[in-house]
Amino acid sequence: MILELDHIFKDYPQGKLTVPVLKDVSLQVEEGDYIAIMGPSGSGKTTLMNLIGCLDVPTSGTYILAGKNIAKQNENQMAEIRNRYIGFVFQTFNLLPKLSAQDNVALPLLYAGVGKRERRERAAEALRKVGLGDRLNFRSNQLSGGQCQRVAIARAMVGNPTILLADEPTGALDTKSGEQVMEIFRQLNEEGVTIIMITHEPDIAMHAKKLYHIRDGVLTGPEDRSEDD
Amino acid sequence: MFENISLAFQGIWGHKMRSALTMLGIIIGIAAIISIVSTIKGTNEQIKQNLIGAGNNAVEVQLYQGDESYEFSWNAIPKGVPVLDETRREELAAIENVEDASLYTYRSYADNVFYQNTAFNGYVYGIDMHYFSVYGYYVQWGRNFVERDFTEHKKVVIIDQTVMSTLYPNGVNPVGTCLEIAGSPFTVIGIVDQKSSFEPVIKNMDDYNMYRTDSNGKIFIPGESWCIPYQFDEPQNAVLKAKDTDSMTNVGKAASDLMNGSLNVARGSNITYKSEDLLKQAKDLQDLSNSTNQQLIWIASISLLVGGIGVMNIMLVSVTERTREIGLKKAIGAKKSRILWQFLTEAAVLTSLGGLLGVGGGILMASVISRIAKTPTAISVPASVIAVVFSMVIGVVFGLFPAVKAANLNPIEALRHE
Repeated sequence: MILELDHIFKDYPQGKLTVPVLKDVSLQVEEGDYIAIMGPSGSGKTTLMNLIGCLDVPTSGTYILAGKNIAKQNENQMAEIRNRYIGFVFQTFNLLPKLSAQDNVALPLLYAGVGKRERRERAAEALRKVGLGDRLNFRSNQLSGGQCQRVAIARAMVGNPTILLADEPTGALDTKSGEQVMEIFRQLNEEGVTIIMITHEPDIAMHAKKLYHIRDGVLTGPEDRSEDD
Repeated sequence: MFENISLAFQGIWGHKMRSALTMLGIIIGIAAIISIVSTIKGTNEQIKQNLIGAGNNAVEVQLYQGDESYEFSWNAIPKGVPVLDETRREELAAIENVEDASLYTYRSYADNVFYQNTAFNGYVYGIDMHYFSVYGYYVQWGRNFVERDFTEHKKVVIIDQTVMSTLYPNGVNPVGTCLEIAGSPFTVIGIVDQKSSFEPVIKNMDDYNMYRTDSNGKIFIPGESWCIPYQFDEPQNAVLKAKDTDSMTNVGKAASDLMNGSLNVARGSNITYKSEDLLKQAKDLQDLSNSTNQQLIWIASISLLVGGIGVMNIMLVSVTERTREIGLKKAIGAKKSRILWQFLTEAAVLTSLGGLLGVGGGILMASVISRIAKTPTAISVPASVIAVVFSMVIGVVFGLFPAVKAANLNPIEALRHE
């Protein structure tokens, strides 16, 4: 068990009221899992993603990631946990436009305190793995959307995180690029990377081994789909 | 740290126009201060030069009665003031930071010096072999004194340029002619000129008065021949050539102490050797000019304040513009302190760069001012260094608020920012 959400509640204050966004969410993720969480907008899936990504803390319930109780960490420790255990892939890539692909990918290693030479080498290696070994010095405005997302995946994976956390990874991509990204996810998962993917596209969710649904803050599942593949 | 600095340069280079405009306030402020400081320093150097004479560094030790210089032109030689010998001169020359020492007697009022029918109204000096070298005189025509002129009490005289032009108006060669000094005939053997180590800057009456003393010219005879026209071997004054201007005060003190040791005057006569502390006089004058100009620096500093506020403004815009970038960096593990340092470094690099450019601009401005106003300027290295460091401090101070704002951004909201 590398990740365990146990009876998680998350409320957001809205004026004088508090709005419950997550209601009693429990989720257990084993090493090597490939999970998709589906839900319409407003269902609480982004909040869940922020919690799993250690960007936010639950109102109640416990969240254990790699043996650490997330609720008990301070801001700096949370940053360290994100850096070490989690690789983020965003819908809009969030690449820094002024940096080359290689420098973008090397960024998490900078925060991990890795030396410059090793950063560059590992970033180049990560880019080769997603098929962009010939685009090291390209900037995001010189790359296609699919290529940008592959750079983002390289950035997520460069620090060898425990979990790859993807929020609508194909949301901004055409079908073909989306398929390419899914293919990379499949390969990574085969190599043993744990993937949690949040999406509202059923086609994309089909690529995962386990499928959860979230609606009005309630998580249901899993539908085990590993036999269907 | 180094990473941050190179990132900061990328950021500044990425927004050339904006960075230049941001730096402008700092550049103008620093340039104003540097040009003011350069002008002050130039004026100070000028004061020092005019008063002391750059390159000469001659320290005169003279006999005083109370605060009045004691001259034998109209005073009797007091009891207990000995004539100094070569041993004493060597002791003076051996004082720390002294390059050479000379003993001399003089008349500031030249009584009865004539060339034919023309009277001479300048100074008469009885000198030793060292006098010319201390004051930087060199023989222009004719010859210098030689050993025998001193030992054999020769009646020979050397005149300076001014005397030549006033006493010998029609292109007569003075060498070989005869000057009558207090009734004794002296043969002119040479003409000397002083190496002009600097051009005195004369802008007003005060400057003029400072140089007026030389206007009547000087004539020189061997000290050993002094008693021929003036009856007595008179106690001498001393002049010492200090190694550098800054050691002049100490050299003067040491020399007058040494010479006072040889005095055996009656108690209460109030007769002592003193050296005029030109360095202190120069300092006093400089202090006066400094205090007026320091107010100018304060005024110029206001433009630095305005520049600093400009930096803060731009940094705040920059933080807002880069909200998503900050959010992303925090999401992938950048700690608060790293974001803080990133923005602080950027502000500091920006203002330091502005400071550097400002120093360059200030030096340029100072040289233009000195051309137009014909005042000297001198570049102050410490002031330039302080200016750049101070600009950096401005960057840190005014960059702090935007940097803290950036560091405190919530990554979730920052990532959602459009």
